[in-house]
Amino acid sequence: MDFERFKVHGEPLIYGAMISIALATIGIIIGLTYFKKWGYLWREWLTTVDHKRIGVMYILAALLMLFRGGVDAMMMRLQTAAPEMKFLDAQHYNEVFTTHGLIMILFMAMPFIIGLMNVIVPLQIGARDVAFPRLNAVSFWLFFFGAMLLNISFVIGGSPDAGWSAYFPLASLEFSPTVGNNYYSLALQISGIGTLLTGVNFIVTILKMRAPGMKLMKMPMFIWSALLTNVIIVFAFPVLTVALALMMFDRLFGSQFFTMSNGGMDMLWANLFWVWGHPEVYIVILPAFGIYSEIIATFSKKNLYGYTSMVFSMVIISLLSFLVWAHHFYTMGQGAMVNGFFSITTMAIAVPTGVKIFNWLFTLRKGRITFTTPMLYTLAFIPIFTIGGVTGVMLAMASADYQYHNTMFLVAHFHYVLIPGAVFAVIAGFHYWFPKVFGFRLNDRLGRHAFWWIAISFNVTFFPLFLLGLMGMTRRTYTYSAETGFGPLNSLSFVGAVGLCIGFVILVYNIYWSTRYMPKDTNGDPWDGRTLEWATNSPIPAYNFAIVPKVQTRDAFWTSKVDNIPLFEEKITKIHMPSNTGKPFIMGVIFFIFGFSMVFSLWIPAILAAVGIVIVMATMSFDRDHGFYISAEEVIATEKKLRGETV
Amino acid sequence: MNKKGPLYVLFLSLVFLLPGCSSLTVLNPKGPAARTISDTIILSILVMLGVLAVVYILYIFILVKYRAKKSNEGYVPPHEEGNKWLEALWIAIPIIIVAFLSVITVKTTSAVENVPADYKNQTPLVIYASSSNWKWHFSYPEEGIETVNYVNIPTHRPIEFRMYSFGTITSLWIPQLAGQKYAMSNMLTKLNLVADSEGSFIGKNANFSGRGFAYMEFETLAMNTKAYDDWVKEVKETAPALTEEEFKSLLAMEHLGRKTYSSTHLTFSPPPADHGEMNSEDGMDMDMDNGSMEHQDNTKIHPSPAPASETEFDSVPNPELDEPVPTSAVEEHTHDSN
Amino acid sequence: MKIDASKPLEYSTEENSNKIFGFWVFLGAEIALFATLFTVYLVMVNRFASGPSGPEIFEIGPVLYETFLLLSSSFTIGLAVHAMRHGYKKAMMVFIGITLLMGLAFAGIEVMEFLTYIHEGATLQTSGFLSSLFVLLGTHGAHVSFGLLWGGAILIQLWRQGINPATANKTFIFSLYWHFLDIVWIFIFSFVYLKGLM
Repeated sequence: MDFERFKVHGEPLIYGAMISIALATIGIIIGLTYFKKWGYLWREWLTTVDHKRIGVMYILAALLMLFRGGVDAMMMRLQTAAPEMKFLDAQHYNEVFTTHGLIMILFMAMPFIIGLMNVIVPLQIGARDVAFPRLNAVSFWLFFFGAMLLNISFVIGGSPDAGWSAYFPLASLEFSPTVGNNYYSLALQISGIGTLLTGVNFIVTILKMRAPGMKLMKMPMFIWSALLTNVIIVFAFPVLTVALALMMFDRLFGSQFFTMSNGGMDMLWANLFWVWGHPEVYIVILPAFGIYSEIIATFSKKNLYGYTSMVFSMVIISLLSFLVWAHHFYTMGQGAMVNGFFSITTMAIAVPTGVKIFNWLFTLRKGRITFTTPMLYTLAFIPIFTIGGVTGVMLAMASADYQYHNTMFLVAHFHYVLIPGAVFAVIAGFHYWFPKVFGFRLNDRLGRHAFWWIAISFNVTFFPLFLLGLMGMTRRTYTYSAETGFGPLNSLSFVGAVGLCIGFVILVYNIYWSTRYMPKDTNGDPWDGRTLEWATNSPIPAYNFAIVPKVQTRDAFWTSKVDNIPLFEEKITKIHMPSNTGKPFIMGVIFFIFGFSMVFSLWIPAILAAVGIVIVMATMSFDRDHGFYISAEEVIATEKKLRGETV
Repeated sequence: MNKKGPLYVLFLSLVFLLPGCSSLTVLNPKGPAARTISDTIILSILVMLGVLAVVYILYIFILVKYRAKKSNEGYVPPHEEGNKWLEALWIAIPIIIVAFLSVITVKTTSAVENVPADYKNQTPLVIYASSSNWKWHFSYPEEGIETVNYVNIPTHRPIEFRMYSFGTITSLWIPQLAGQKYAMSNMLTKLNLVADSEGSFIGKNANFSGRGFAYMEFETLAMNTKAYDDWVKEVKETAPALTEEEFKSLLAMEHLGRKTYSSTHLTFSPPPADHGEMNSEDGMDMDMDNGSMEHQDNTKIHPSPAPASETEFDSVPNPELDEPVPTSAVEEHTHDSN
Repeated sequence: MKIDASKPLEYSTEENSNKIFGFWVFLGAEIALFATLFTVYLVMVNRFASGPSGPEIFEIGPVLYETFLLLSSSFTIGLAVHAMRHGYKKAMMVFIGITLLMGLAFAGIEVMEFLTYIHEGATLQTSGFLSSLFVLLGTHGAHVSFGLLWGGAILIQLWRQGINPATANKTFIFSLYWHFLDIVWIFIFSFVYLKGLM
């Protein structure tokens, strides 16, 4: 066999990364063995079907990917910090911005959001778990191993290098002969299947498992956003599935979908990609709107203003998200009529989004606003995201887009949308719900420090890019000459990136510090919350609620506190729980082997792995495990213990 | 929110950092198409600043007034369902703004897609711009000359670029003259522009196309009609003809300096057909109807890595190209063809 | 586990009714998947380049057999569910068996059809049109083949466990899946073969 193609050559950076990965892996293995944690890891995490633990694993993976994508970002900013930098070569730079985009969208933002949904959705609707706990584990492990598959690409065989949008013919075998884009098609496919299953799971969970009394229009806003997001997932991801399959066929089996000859059509890829790609943006933004709605209501001590119009605006955004894809390529020559149509649908999205902004502002009005860390991120979101929004309208104007397209202006715009829209939201949600999961808050002082570093540095990093775009600097350019005049603003942007880095380091340090020194919360409701997740203990017992709550109002927990409406009336009875299973994990591993074999066209292992996947599915079907019960006495004892009473 | 202060100071200082408006290439147009877009952009920025101002004023006012402080301890915020009229207001006003911008967009988009209004009575000068690897080829079928990595155009005359690619999707962009448009392997796209002042303008590929992307630039030299005619004449006399062999070797190269030829590659390597969307003068819609017979011909001689093997063309070349075979006049010249 | 006797067996527990609803949602995703594949096919249908076009390779004979088999199997899976509701285990298993046999025959004919095309020099690599044809038909065929394995697994479980809420639920969901494949086939028959032969 030809082992040459597994190697990645050349860069001391990559060798360094290889060595550090090897060392970290050895370190983890030694650590687990030394502390005898293998059994714990397997029993409590790898085989878990508990939505909370799966959520935590999603978030851990997302944080890991944030680090990876962040390193990519720093490398890009450093390479462009001054004219004619020699830090990265063109090929390496291309790989770095490609993986940065893929990882940040698909393996950071989306899993972070899905992780928060996993933890919070069942709690907010007063359910004991998601509808299909095992399927949920399958989703997670497919996502996880898909992400790992993409991540090993930079040390084995080479990373994708045609941009995260992987336009053909550039991404074809002819112009991207490395295995990089094979990784793209398989890693995204595997994690995409996981995401699709998540979509199905959460739609059923939200529509069928709500606590009695929680009508659709009484659901918390985060639940609405999660529901719509998952509907988008279910209808958008199959398009990605098809696109990636066609890409795989073109690259591995010589089909002619996107080729330049024999009737292939490169424009088809761009269309398929963005028919998925634009809704994908809303998959990460809508839940963020939900998170912000919860946080704003909690910390201004008011119910959400204009609930109905908030819901409808999200419904309209979801629908419109499928009708705007061509604005990603106004310049493809489809003519003024088509561009005009897509301009109008795109700008129309500004209307429901504006409704949300004003409703949030009016929720704050007449409130009593406290500036906790999650609230700071939320408040910073409004002005920054508005800049992202208005530049979005500017980009939507087809004629003007002929000048913005492919420039740093566009890069600035989508970072102004995605960072406040998604990243700030998940950080805010992380701080907000952290005490629910772990039973103590993150330190507020450190949290504020991190916030100010991040919020200010963000603007220093990305605002200059608007100007660079107008100066004519194209995106994805790995270097430029001094005469272009792009130097100073790029340097400024690099300074901002360093600031962002410092902010994230403080954020992570805060997690460490708070774990050691923060006092335990005892009542499960540290923020004086409004929705059901605060009505149970923190940390949350495995069964979530000892008694299923009865809901009468929108902010069910708040009204139960203020108006003394009892939430829990029934007696504690035995609770049915699903049993853990290792099969989802094993399936993930086999999928990983399958994907890896396909990437390198190793057909025999690929076929064996495919058979293995079918066998695991069959054994899951033959499984007659109906779970187990937690007795009423045990529930009562756990409840007492969690409330700090002695048993 | 006293801590927001530094943020805005920073914003302001950024604006001062601007080395003047002239370095914002996009807002410093030298032709009607780019000017239309530049005006559109400035208009949209002004409208958007208005929107931002409304949001920011509300935001600051609300945060200052309703923040928790000692004086409002014990204040219990009211329960508010919302307000029909207020909500209708912030649905209606954005709709008006969006409608206004939509009208502008449709108007300006069709303006820049066509020959600029003041130049409608002139026949445009057609230049085929094709990309291969990280080079641009410019073919002037009327004059029967071809250049690589630079393009000379007469001022005050509409230019119709017809773009296509011998490989990856690229995007022809001369920011000071017009917006960009893609060049693709199986569809011909068009870009109309006019330069109304002489000068050298940077042109580039804006669409990421692989390793050599950062260096894929060309010079656009706008010159008066006389100078342009002289240049054409000079090229016709001194530059070598572009043979098929020569062209294949050009395609195979990754980067290249400037080149000049006294014939075009269009005769032996026809471009793909026009897209059905825009009114194609030749009426040939082969690309849309069957398996894009002709574009595969010109991709057969595609560059790297597949070695260019054969150049047999079984389909009829685009008849339009056979149009004017210009006769050459003899004159002095010293144009560098390197 | 609470069993609600007022509902049909396959809906009788909360888990069961969730699974059926979840499968409907999943079918929504499948519709999106096949809609995308059809779109790709319709874009590519005339892009046959130097290869054969649809009318040149399609033969109505095998396609009619395939259609007949799949439509009939949709009917027999319906009968199986009907038998299940009446508690006739044997009849139910026989009908599922017939369904799977017809599915197998369908898959067999499709494989033959593919081999004929390849024999005629019409392969996945020939042209955009053929790539999209093979992937559209292949995706449907792969679904049918997966259905055969799935149906087989259900048959074994029925044989071992008899009709209970779990097996009834699985059979019902499988029948939804099978009907869905039938509907997709009707679209393939109309938009690929009939349109191609006209």
